[in-house]
Amino acid sequence: MTERTMSESSPHLTPSNPVYRRRRLFNRVVMAFCMAAAAFGIIWLLLILFSLVTKGASALELSVFTERTKMTGGGLGNAILGSLIMTTLATIVGTIVGVAAGTWLAEYGGKSRLASFIRFINDVLLSAPSIIVGLYIYAILVLPSGHFSGWAGVAALAVLIIPVVIRSTEDMLKLVPNSLREAASALGAHRWLVVCKVCYSGARAGIITGILLGCARISGETAPLIFTSLNSNQWNFFDLNSEMPNLPMTLYQNMTINSFIPRQVELAWAGALILTVAILLLNIVARVVSERRKG
Amino acid sequence: MTTTFSHTIPERAAVDQSAHPTKLQVNNLNFYYGDFQALKDISLSIPANQVTAFIGPSGCGKSTLLRCFNRIHDLYPGLKTEGELLLNGQNINDKRIDINLLRARIGMVFQKPTPFPMSVYDNVAFGVKLYERLSSRDMDERVEWALKRAALWDEVKDKLKNNGQALSGGQQQRLCIARTIAVKPEVILLDEPTSALDPISTGYIEDLINELKKEYTIAIVTHNMQQAARVSDITAFMYLGELVECGQTDQIFTQPAKKQTEDYITGRYG
Repeated sequence: MTERTMSESSPHLTPSNPVYRRRRLFNRVVMAFCMAAAAFGIIWLLLILFSLVTKGASALELSVFTERTKMTGGGLGNAILGSLIMTTLATIVGTIVGVAAGTWLAEYGGKSRLASFIRFINDVLLSAPSIIVGLYIYAILVLPSGHFSGWAGVAALAVLIIPVVIRSTEDMLKLVPNSLREAASALGAHRWLVVCKVCYSGARAGIITGILLGCARISGETAPLIFTSLNSNQWNFFDLNSEMPNLPMTLYQNMTINSFIPRQVELAWAGALILTVAILLLNIVARVVSERRKG
Repeated sequence: MTTTFSHTIPERAAVDQSAHPTKLQVNNLNFYYGDFQALKDISLSIPANQVTAFIGPSGCGKSTLLRCFNRIHDLYPGLKTEGELLLNGQNINDKRIDINLLRARIGMVFQKPTPFPMSVYDNVAFGVKLYERLSSRDMDERVEWALKRAALWDEVKDKLKNNGQALSGGQQQRLCIARTIAVKPEVILLDEPTSALDPISTGYIEDLINELKKEYTIAIVTHNMQQAARVSDITAFMYLGELVECGQTDQIFTQPAKKQTEDYITGRYG
């Protein structure tokens, strides 16, 4: 079939239309630029992963997980445990406070001035440098008590994760259509029951994703821990009143002040690999959870 | 819902097909949502400058079929179309076809009005600007022309700068029709265009369809059998993904060839 007959009733809608040709060309140029930009970002990520794996994997052995950190040699066991304890506790605190606050903002606060104010403060907190959060906890917890402690570390990490959870909880609850709230209310359900049974069912996957991403973010934080939990070479099994060993600060120390000891540098690479894999796993789980919501 | 016709008009049942050459020809079309086959070996032809109505119970595949005509399914992964769809004899179910041009030539209006969040004027001009560079005077004329064809001009001529989403539901739907016509397509697909509208707005749109078929080929999906009887020349009855029967509307509603069709239009199921 020729061009002429197939477009008899709309002569301008053909591939030779100049406006359309220019648009198509522009589309291709922008598309190529987008792909180049994406490739640029991904290349760095791959390079980082490549050096982590090549340098970290060679130092990985069982003793890394079972032995505690020492001046020379040793492992990372206590640091991994300490990081797990503090991150988990901070995530629990952050989830309770964050989900509650996010729910209030989305379901009860609405457009009131108090809600707008809290929302604004939360946005500021969301982008606050983590070292400032560490300094603040240092001033209100560490200085009065006279010593560094795991609790202070948990507090600093919780302050960092709370705004993330508040934000994602509020955003996800706002995605739940109002018609569902009306429908549940029309059956005679109390407001809190509507929120707990109907709204949370719709927003659950999104909220969990937010919590996991927040958890991934705080598990690599170093700056706030310098002022709060400090670090330690000893095993610390849940004694949150004393200094807590942790992975990020161990990496930092091994790579800087202990960098003249080759084994410590190797351990730092191993620790970096462990941390990265853990964060990667958290992100993948978050992705799977949010995918399941669509399916 | 029972439709009764006390008389038949056999003369009209045998319309001279040469007056209305085939615009869209469907040959052995199969469509899959993943593993689920939604359309089974559909073959039919849609004549030019006629209104073809697709009826059938919910889930029978009539909207799915309509959405094959402009390949809007391509927006979603995991959907597969097999078979031939000929527009003026050219197979449009072909990866090499420029999909944007295809959609400009086969316009579509959806069940719920979809005005863009911009002024009435910009809503109509949106599609035109994609293919034509008009002077502002020519564009004004085109917008007025399209809005007049959609029987909306008198109601909106003083509020062209107002947001299109501020119009009433019926006006919004006519705005969407105006937006579709403004591009000057060949075929217009209407997917239950009046199911969200009140009877008065529905009346407007039905009159409009009658008017528009002089210049365009129209395919309409409807749940409302009276509507199909009122506006269409050809009616296709679908059931469970299959085309049960397709023919002159008068004939389908008075002397359906298949028992299934008769049961459906007399309200025995569906």
